[in-house]
Amino acid sequence: MASILAKRLAMGIVLVLLASALLFFAGELLPGDFATKLLGSSATPEAVEALRRARGVDAPALTRYLDWLAGLMRGDLGTSLTNGREIGPLIATRLKNTLVLAGAAALIAVPLAVGLGTLAAIFRDRLFDRVILVLSMVTVATPEFFFAYMAIAVFAVNLHWVPSISIVTAGMSFERLWPLLVLPVMTLVITSCAHMIRMTRASIVSVMDSDYVGTALLKGLPEWQVVVRHVLPNVMSPIAAVVVLNLADLVVGLIIVETIFAYPGMGQLMVDSVSKQDITVVQACGLIFAATYILLNMIADLLAIALNPRLRYAR
Amino acid sequence: MNGSAPLLEISGLHVEAVLPNGGIATILEDISLTLGWGEVMGLIGESGAGKSTLGLTALGAVRGGAYVRSGEVKLDGVDLLKGGPALLRDIRGRRVAYVAQSAASAFNPAFRLIDQVIETSVQRRLMSRSEARRRAIELFARLELPSPETFGEKFPHQASGGQLQRAMTAMAMCARPDLIVFDEPTTALDVTTQIEVILAVRQAIREEGMAGLYISHDLALVAQMADAILVLRHGKMVESGPTAQVIEAPAADYTRRLIAARSLRHAPQPERPPLLELKGIAAGYGNVSIIENLDLVVPEGRTLAVVGESGSGKSTLGKVICGLLPHRAGRLAFAGRTLEPDMHRRPLDDLRAIQMVHQNPDLALNPRQRVDEIIGAPLTRFQGLRGAARDAAVASLLEQVELKPELAERRPGALSGGQKQRVCIARALAARPRLIVCDEVTSALDPLVADGVLKLLARLQAEEGVSYLFITHDFGAVEALADHVAVMRHGALVAAGPARQVLSPPYHPYTEALIRAVPELRLGWLDGVIAARATQTPDRRPT
Repeated sequence: MASILAKRLAMGIVLVLLASALLFFAGELLPGDFATKLLGSSATPEAVEALRRARGVDAPALTRYLDWLAGLMRGDLGTSLTNGREIGPLIATRLKNTLVLAGAAALIAVPLAVGLGTLAAIFRDRLFDRVILVLSMVTVATPEFFFAYMAIAVFAVNLHWVPSISIVTAGMSFERLWPLLVLPVMTLVITSCAHMIRMTRASIVSVMDSDYVGTALLKGLPEWQVVVRHVLPNVMSPIAAVVVLNLADLVVGLIIVETIFAYPGMGQLMVDSVSKQDITVVQACGLIFAATYILLNMIADLLAIALNPRLRYAR
Repeated sequence: MNGSAPLLEISGLHVEAVLPNGGIATILEDISLTLGWGEVMGLIGESGAGKSTLGLTALGAVRGGAYVRSGEVKLDGVDLLKGGPALLRDIRGRRVAYVAQSAASAFNPAFRLIDQVIETSVQRRLMSRSEARRRAIELFARLELPSPETFGEKFPHQASGGQLQRAMTAMAMCARPDLIVFDEPTTALDVTTQIEVILAVRQAIREEGMAGLYISHDLALVAQMADAILVLRHGKMVESGPTAQVIEAPAADYTRRLIAARSLRHAPQPERPPLLELKGIAAGYGNVSIIENLDLVVPEGRTLAVVGESGSGKSTLGKVICGLLPHRAGRLAFAGRTLEPDMHRRPLDDLRAIQMVHQNPDLALNPRQRVDEIIGAPLTRFQGLRGAARDAAVASLLEQVELKPELAERRPGALSGGQKQRVCIARALAARPRLIVCDEVTSALDPLVADGVLKLLARLQAEEGVSYLFITHDFGAVEALADHVAVMRHGALVAAGPARQVLSPPYHPYTEALIRAVPELRLGWLDGVIAARATQTPDRRPT
């Protein structure tokens, strides 16, 4: 178990390093230049060159990459190309906002999806199951932005229940905060639930068809006891894996949803920075997203091991 | 608890199932039986006879897609089919318990064995937890499980197949039911493991005074376990009566054929020169060595039977000879030449000369190909036959394996198990081999079907002069076919020589243990084994 943990951890670190290299050199390949963009087309070549030198982008790419890595080791995310400020504090408030949004979405989506998936499995091939399957198919096939704009059109523009944009500020009270979160959270929940519902249902159905569930029924246990005692412990592992992987996918949805609702989180920061060609900020955000994704995947693997008695207890 | 009614009374039972194409199939037709308290009844029949379905109705259960059209299943006077779910929950586990064929998949992998064994008793409040644990440990001891005090702390994957089957019996017995349904409880086990399980099970149900429905396709085994026997075929009752009457004076022709099935004997043949010689062969997977320093000879036109328990390396031996698993040391000599260890480096003629027939014809035939494509492929590859010439050759091969030439048009899905195995044999023959490696070719087949395949193999050898390396754990098959016998254990030879010499006294002790473990179709055989054991030290038993 300890050796598996160490192996996974080492693999995670290697993956984060690879992601950092990919992000850095992809940024290098981007056409255009932040200085030209910032100073405008009327700027003299000397001014552009001076700004570039001031931000240190004239050094060779490999040197800058290694410097960046060294900084990351110390917890320093570098400085913004556009305004020369430290990226760390800039990201900190944004990261907090993003965690609030993603956390709220996950808190609602996971129990909802697992619950609906379980019900669909219990009522297998009946109307409830069919409806859930069709709806989840529809939501899987429809992109986040479509839902987001539909939700704005219905709940903000027509019904005036909630605001259409969600600009939160530091120190906002909960009463003022939650209406702003309704639409983005709803969009994230709907678009991330479908896969979890389907996988939960599939896992439960395969366990319900197993011999040992048949044995439990022939032992005269009531159906709910069979589900709670014999089915659930055996579906924990696949469901946990799927839930964690979907949380990782939520990160991708965040970027789109934050931009649409002008929610001041990491995703929006990243998109803004791309348009300003503020590559260092894009790289820092990208790395945080990548690390989150890798970490969640690692957790999924470790959960699968922890929940399997075959792996916990040797023969 | 003994009422005036018999324990189980089934009358006029008719079960049907809806087929995937919407049609209706009859699974059981007009079945009636009466089982007294504390009696054991054996249900005998080939696969598809409906014996498992009948067994499950004693718990008021039918498999998905099936339903009871008419009839009664009365347990102690109460009709289970009219009782509703609450009654069924009440009797299941408490009054009627079930032991499945594959205990390995019937135990929940996430729980320790003891928690599953005592579940019925504890959840139904029949016993306190500590009482139930004491009872379970007592049953583990009675079923001769190793260290009964701690055995239950294992997870299913930590116990062997034979242990799990006994643990499942303990699970069925724990709540002291009146009736236990055993559904082929030892079919998946080696003969030596099987005898340990049936000995323990029979003693335990006798001591506990429980009744049993013992489902099996092995008449010899059932004859040892049951007071009465019911023979089923195609969902209908063929014959039923006390065990002695059914075995010694069978009324139905089908029962007589079942009894005669195991009586095939191979006549001694004159010696022939060797075709295949193995010298000091060693093979394995990764770091694991399976076979070590093995010497064997397969004579021309004769059969060498290789017997042993699972894990003895006999299937690995077959793969080494075919070149599927290159050997690490030693020499394979075939018709006087050395064979390449790796099949990919063997010339086409060597590949042609050694063919293989597998245990499970379902897995060995491509379900998307038609029979003429399956048999035709080696004809094209080795003899260059195409078109009408190939079709004619396929037809004559089908005739050779006693199948109708019309079957050439079909796919494996439309064939029975025995027909599929014959197609596999025809495919091997299509290459005109000098040696066929037969790996447990009859173990997945019903006794009568297996008998037919053995007869076919014997006839083909007489006509074509082909040699067989016949890998099996079935001594009936050995006696039907083998000129020479090699007994393997843990990857090494225990005994080898002419069949008459290896299979008659004085035996090697391990060979004797294997032979003694095979149930004989003779009343009181198991009692004889028990009596013999009483005078023996326990460490002589195979593990």
